[in-house]
Amino acid sequence: MDMTVRDRIQHEITDTPVVLFMKGSPVFPQCGFSAAVVQILSQLGVKFKGIDVLSDPQIRQGIKEFSNWPTIPQLYVKGEFVGGCDIVREMYETGELQQVLEEKGVPVRA
Amino acid sequence: MAMDAAMIERLIKESLPDAQISIEDLRGDGDHYAAHVISGAFRGKTRVQQHQMVYQALRGRMGNELHALALQTGAPEE
Repeated sequence: MDMTVRDRIQHEITDTPVVLFMKGSPVFPQCGFSAAVVQILSQLGVKFKGIDVLSDPQIRQGIKEFSNWPTIPQLYVKGEFVGGCDIVREMYETGELQQVLEEKGVPVRA
Repeated sequence: MAMDAAMIERLIKESLPDAQISIEDLRGDGDHYAAHVISGAFRGKTRVQQHQMVYQALRGRMGNELHALALQTGAPEE
């Protein structure tokens, strides 16, 4: 992977506490799996930055290599990869997601 | 491009021979599956690591030929 792409991803996940690499934007997700994660984060009142991989092919490929994860969406919290749609959904249902966010100092709506 | 369930199961078994696998073709289109995989190899691993092991077993097909595979993984109960 291009070092500049790696650096850009590293910056994004370091500069913003919660980052979602997704297809489309939080307002107009272009894929059901991305939409599902947006919905969960909104439900929890979590502020996040959505990065649209469809408008940036380098990031689209780069994030897959960066995380060693083949699919989009991908959720990062405080620079750490939390998971894709299935994991986020499972963690939300068990309450683990709320716990992880709180532990990392991200405010969650009760 | 589609991929059949038997192929998914075979690839996972090659990497995780003890795995108990159940696969459901969610739409009957050979393109959207849900898989439940239980393997002793998952013990002590995070969910992300468990899923990465399954993706590894699928050797690059996930996200390409295989569009959607909803995954649920876990270790067998003691």
